Amino acid sequence: MPRPVLSISNLNTSFRVGGEWMNVVRDVSFDIAPKETVAVVGESGSGKSVTALSIMRLLSPANSRVTGRMDFDGKNLLDLPLDEMQKVRGNRIGMIFQEPMTSLNPVLKIGRQITEVLVQHRGMSHADAEVEAVRLLDRVRIPSARSRLNEYPMSFSGGMRQRVVIAVALACSPKLLIADEPTTALDVTIQAQILELIKTLQEEEGMSVLFITHDMGVVAEISDRAVVMYRGEAVEAGTTQEIFANARHPYTRALLSAVPQLGSMTGTSKPMRFPLVDLATGEAAPLKETADTIKTGRYPILKVENLVTRFNLKSGLFGRVSGRVHAVENVSFSVREGETLSLVGESGCGKSTTGRSIIRLTEAKEGKIEIAGKDVRRARKSDLVAIRRNAQMIFQDPFDSLNPRVRVGSAIAEPILTHGLATQKEASERVADLLERVGLSAAMADRFPHEFSGGQRQRICIARALALEPKLIVADESVSALDVSVKAQVINLMLDLQEKLGLAYLFISHDMAVVERISHRVAVMYLGEIVEIGPRASLFENPQHPYTKRLMAAVPIADPVRRHLRRISNDEIRSPVRPPDYVAPKRTYREVSPDHFVQVSDP
Amino acid sequence: MASYVLSRSLQTVLTLFVMSILVFTGLYLVGNPVDVLLSTTATPAERLEVIQALGLDKPVWEQYWLFLVKALSGDLGNSFVFNQPALTLILSRMPATLELAFVALAMALVIGVPLGVYAGIRPKGLISKSIMTFSILGFSLPTFWIGLVMILLFSVQLGWLPASGRGETTDLFGVPVSFLTWDGLSHLILPAINLALFKISLVIRLTRTGVIECMQLDFVRFARAKGLPETRIVLVHVLKNTLIPLITVVGLELGSLIAFAVVTETIFAWPGMGKLIIDAIGRLDRPVILAYLMITVVMFSLINLLVDILYSIADPRVRLEGKPQ
Repeated sequence: MPRPVLSISNLNTSFRVGGEWMNVVRDVSFDIAPKETVAVVGESGSGKSVTALSIMRLLSPANSRVTGRMDFDGKNLLDLPLDEMQKVRGNRIGMIFQEPMTSLNPVLKIGRQITEVLVQHRGMSHADAEVEAVRLLDRVRIPSARSRLNEYPMSFSGGMRQRVVIAVALACSPKLLIADEPTTALDVTIQAQILELIKTLQEEEGMSVLFITHDMGVVAEISDRAVVMYRGEAVEAGTTQEIFANARHPYTRALLSAVPQLGSMTGTSKPMRFPLVDLATGEAAPLKETADTIKTGRYPILKVENLVTRFNLKSGLFGRVSGRVHAVENVSFSVREGETLSLVGESGCGKSTTGRSIIRLTEAKEGKIEIAGKDVRRARKSDLVAIRRNAQMIFQDPFDSLNPRVRVGSAIAEPILTHGLATQKEASERVADLLERVGLSAAMADRFPHEFSGGQRQRICIARALALEPKLIVADESVSALDVSVKAQVINLMLDLQEKLGLAYLFISHDMAVVERISHRVAVMYLGEIVEIGPRASLFENPQHPYTKRLMAAVPIADPVRRHLRRISNDEIRSPVRPPDYVAPKRTYREVSPDHFVQVSDP
Repeated sequence: MASYVLSRSLQTVLTLFVMSILVFTGLYLVGNPVDVLLSTTATPAERLEVIQALGLDKPVWEQYWLFLVKALSGDLGNSFVFNQPALTLILSRMPATLELAFVALAMALVIGVPLGVYAGIRPKGLISKSIMTFSILGFSLPTFWIGLVMILLFSVQLGWLPASGRGETTDLFGVPVSFLTWDGLSHLILPAINLALFKISLVIRLTRTGVIECMQLDFVRFARAKGLPETRIVLVHVLKNTLIPLITVVGLELGSLIAFAVVTETIFAWPGMGKLIIDAIGRLDRPVILAYLMITVVMFSLINLLVDILYSIADPRVRLEGKPQ
């Protein structure tokens, strides 16, 4: 084996928390060979990002301590004085971060943020650096690079910003690129583009990549070897094939079994729970058969007809309408009791606005919405209260959607009391019952939200939504912010509750693999319109619309044998902003198979 | 841009109109200027004559109407006391106040920003803590008290600097200024420091908070990962972001420096607008008060407009017309 580019041995990182040293990375050792891609994978709190920051020595020396050896270029990075280290950073080792929206300085021009690296490390004149910056932007496939040098980050989309960040990191042809969750904040098609870009550039430059991620699919797609981290320790390391084929550590097995895999449900029609693996033994619990929950024959619990929601953009002295966001355009669907319909699509496709319009958190412009047979849009305030009893919402961020100063018991009891459904005493009994139902204990009612983990909080949000015994739950990206294993548990819980209570879900998500797992039917949204809708099995096994196909092709598959991210078009996600005189074209749908419709004209 | 300036100008005109009504009725209710202007020995005939000369015999709405008509042609009336156009009177005093205010502002920025940046980078250091203690003093000690102590110390005890007046002035583009001669400058130092002290403290605190917040942002971490030296990160990446909130506050503070330098001007007998307005209020000299307030309103609007424009230059994310991005 050739001499490794970076060799890490016995890396230990501790943070000082309230006067005590907490060891967050323990005894981590691994090597990165030339031109190799090593993935460090783990869930939040596993210490994977801290490992990356430790290598670059970007942790504040005041409250962190890094020990061990990190040999790079024949030197131990930990021994380098700061000015020497600054010559390594950005020059010999490039680094990119998770959030493209905040990695770039918002008030400096893009060009300047690239040239400063070249001036700093390669001693270029400003003019030369500018020429080189154009070349770099070309290399990361940013169109019309020259004119974009003078623009500010705000005029770039998330994916484009991440390209700029990559251009900066590669400016000095580093030997090693550290990528800390570089695609996590991006839409799936953009993620596929960026992954491909990193791979191509790696081949061209002959550099090594250290890829930090939580996503097993990304690991399988991109890495040669992988290191699995769990609670600060590297529990398993090996080639990617080995790890996916026969993981030895129970945690790795648990992680792998919780990864939703696109295409794993071929041949079934009902939703399916995730097999949960015991973290200590590595044994999988037997999987329960999902019962048939859909009640047919009665009117649908939710019926949406020709829903249109638009937002005006105003400008000028008199606030003239200069354009409109066509967030939701002529959308129709229905959900039966006990059924899960998923709305899936990328940012800006209008899926969340659809959900909000249904509960009237956003006012729709046209169309008809019926919940349990009652017209939502024409309802007066008093009627709306009654309608909302039947339809509750769960949001994406379990940290933001609970008031930090209200005990969770009171948070769950609040809707019961507001709707006058029970006395205080009955309400607290209901709360206890609800907490048990979502897999928490009744005694937890007296605690505050900060005492719970993200997954537990999302369970609390579910309990709160269930408090009014609704028939429909609109779940807006409800599991997107959760770790893989927690995500699997929450989805299993949602399926359990559907079985016991006959709930209908409108499941809004960007994650095709999760959607495949949980839905009876799926609607794919693009630029405010439904481009394809149908039973899950039919839609996933026989996607018709080009956008559906594109979306599915972009999902990383957690199987290194089936690497499939091939040439994906470099298109940006289009914007639903239209001029004020825009008239939405009439759409027609074609029935592919029973209940499976696809939009005929291209949007 | 043009439509933005236009809408702001319209707002200013509306503010002027409302303000003038308020001042007019307010002063009418407070008292009769004739009582203040005339000595107690004046005969009723003299009194009547003065009232007629000043136009105070007409009903208040008519007085206002006359004022409004004249104001539209740029005439804000004559001072009751000096019998000179109120506007001329104020404008003759304006350069002194403006000079004082701008010098104080410059001091606030030149001293406050570097100290604030330093305190923001090393928030726990001894020097930073001393800077912050100083800023608390600057905030909490009353201006008049500091002014008096400064006169006692530097003028009376040490005899270094003069305690009152404006000293020798030279004309710069037709405007008399003090700072070009040593005599004028020595007169300027004490009042300027006195006026600046509070602003220095404010700028220190704002800058420090801005720097501390900014140092924790992702792009600073990314800048470090780029291998940039710390000085460049602070001076280019952090400072430019910190300046954005600073511009807003400093702009508003400049307005208040100019309009309300009254205390400092009184203590140091600085011949500026502040002293004039205090005297005018004491004598219910309505035209002067009105003209002064109108100038203040126009000035505040202008400064705000300027701040908005500067703000949009400093922060590319801000667009003046609210266009979609």
